[in-house]
Amino acid sequence: MAEMTYRDAVAAGIAQEMARDDSVVLFGEDVGAAGGVFKATVGLLEKFGPTRVVDTPISEQAILGAAMGAAMTGMRPIAEVMFSDFFAVCWDIVANEIAKTRYMTNGQVSLPLVIRSGNGGGSRFGAQHSQSIENWAMAVPGLKVVAPSTPRDVIGLLAAAVRDPDPVLFFEHKSLYATKGEVGQGEICDELGRAVVVREGDDVTIVALAQMVPRALHAAEELARDGIEAAVVDLRSLVPLDMTTVAASVRATGHLVTVEENPRLCGWGAELSSIVAEELLFDLDGPVVRVTTPHVPLPAADALEDAALPSPERIADGARRALA
Amino acid sequence: MSPPRAPAPDEAPSGSLDPGGSRPPARATRLALYTRMLEMRGFEKRAYDLFLSGLVKGTSHLGLGQEAIAAAFGTAMREDDYTFATYRGHNHALARGVPMTPVMGELMGRACGLMAGKGGSMHLTSVEHHMMGSYAIIGAHLTIANGAAWSAKARGSGQVAVCFFGDGTTNIGAFHEALNFAAVYELPVVFVCENNLWMEYTPIASVTAVARPAADRASAYGLEPVVLDGNDPDVMHAAAVAALGRARSGAGPSLLEALTYRHGGHSRADPGKYRSDEELSYWLGRDPVPAYRARLVAEGVEEAEIAAIEQQVAAAVDEATEAAKASGPPSLDLVEKDVFADGGASWRR
Ligand SMILES: Cc1ncc(C[n+]2csc(CCOP(=O)(O)OP(=O)(O)O)c2C)c(N)n1
Repeated sequence: MAEMTYRDAVAAGIAQEMARDDSVVLFGEDVGAAGGVFKATVGLLEKFGPTRVVDTPISEQAILGAAMGAAMTGMRPIAEVMFSDFFAVCWDIVANEIAKTRYMTNGQVSLPLVIRSGNGGGSRFGAQHSQSIENWAMAVPGLKVVAPSTPRDVIGLLAAAVRDPDPVLFFEHKSLYATKGEVGQGEICDELGRAVVVREGDDVTIVALAQMVPRALHAAEELARDGIEAAVVDLRSLVPLDMTTVAASVRATGHLVTVEENPRLCGWGAELSSIVAEELLFDLDGPVVRVTTPHVPLPAADALEDAALPSPERIADGARRALA
Repeated sequence: MSPPRAPAPDEAPSGSLDPGGSRPPARATRLALYTRMLEMRGFEKRAYDLFLSGLVKGTSHLGLGQEAIAAAFGTAMREDDYTFATYRGHNHALARGVPMTPVMGELMGRACGLMAGKGGSMHLTSVEHHMMGSYAIIGAHLTIANGAAWSAKARGSGQVAVCFFGDGTTNIGAFHEALNFAAVYELPVVFVCENNLWMEYTPIASVTAVARPAADRASAYGLEPVVLDGNDPDVMHAAAVAALGRARSGAGPSLLEALTYRHGGHSRADPGKYRSDEELSYWLGRDPVPAYRARLVAEGVEEAEIAAIEQQVAAAVDEATEAAKASGPPSLDLVEKDVFADGGASWRR
């Protein structure tokens, strides 16, 4: 085991896959010589050379279109969209082209590609550089959607995404890049669609994603001081969605709280709640509670942004409401 | 203010490609060009009749009048070169040797359809024929063609990607992103603008800052401006050979502007009444199919040989029509197939 930052884990995960498979290539703005604006691709240009690690113009449509065309002709590209907010300028390529092509062609075309992107708030960057857009992605049939919360999972899930035969949107959380965690030796590759129970507890199930996982764990510590034992589930991917793990925990605790960083309407927690209402109603001993960012653009000032994003205190309050 | 008039093809172009002398293609190539154009013409006329009788549903965009461009490239391309086309892509699919029956079946929503009815007329794709798709969002496929060209270059396969699009496409951002990208990485891609003077119902000249919508933008990406008579199969064939050769030799992309005209409306629902009789009759007089037939006869091809080709093609169109009509509707389990590579649509476990 060694300690590694989340940002170094991105580079390590990409390097692991590029070394394993010559058809894996990386392109995006500033990913090569500069090592990425978040320094998450440092060293890859030196290791793999300019034909496999490519600095591109500021052309998000051209970048993702190139990833798609390369994927349909035998490559396994990893493309970077610097900030996930920028998906809005190339959403056509994602939602109309990449997501639909296998279906429209009756299975003729495979698109084994990964689009990595810096997602989420907490950096005081304001409304156009802070969004959590995983719920946009989840709404489009044909995309897989992954969001790791730890350095170890960055490597394991990135490897799984690269090896997956379907297009994967891989959301790296900007506020987690500097965080550290233990990473084992040797190759790491997980399976997409496996949630992990990161904290055991009998009283309430808290389901979270990405930056909300450490916050949920923090909330669980606070609740424990009041004698409430919360189970915390790190969802890790939204598509595939691991309802098996979530349902097992909800059956055991009888209470569910979802913690979403995205704005409230049509967030993944709403989908989870509706599934639980349809399938697990009689296992519940109280209302499902959704803790989300309010339905607002994110403000820039630290005090305002902190008030908008779900905090450990708000998550703990949510759990108490679920149990009330 | 009256809109600027689009220059006619015989007026001096902004730039031109010398395709390496004016030697006509070999006799077999010319017969192939004529055969391909006839197939497209016969197929699309039949498709139009089938709309009128309600057998083709939804929308459909015909390339009647524009056949010379797809035929020329289809004839000049290497078997493993990639085609990327638009919703107006029947001709480009046929040009790559995709058989008529599955294309007709796709238009009719039948089980025998090229994509079993899951794509429809605007999305014809046959990977087996390197027909890598027909795309219905303006501009996107230029960027995707770049990716195929990029991959061909990375793999050292010698393949070229050819991307067809309309004049209206030159005003969307993706066009400009794609041309810069292709030029920067010297990609083996040929961009072919089929300038039929109209977008849907608006003339391209009235909403474009330059007279030649593609060629006048070429220099912004370090490319030669090229304007061609898109209704002359020999001219288009020579230009295709030159551009494919340039791409294959590693010299990078080309942008060709081929002047042409669609005989019908934009799509099935459009009678095309916004065009003047004068304009229409000018262009019907430049119809590439009868003009090329006359050229072949004038240059010594036997009437009987041409008639035999015509009979053969007519029979093939009839056969495809009957085969498609005989095919049933697609199996309903296809609704939830092939969203993901595991063959299904499941998003949870
Ligand atoms: C992004 C986008 N905007 C608008 C449309 C609607 N639309 C479909 S075809 C068309 C005209 C395109 O004109 P052109 O590029 O000249 O091609 P042509 O139809 O003449 O072959 C328009 C506006 C679309 N499909 N995609």
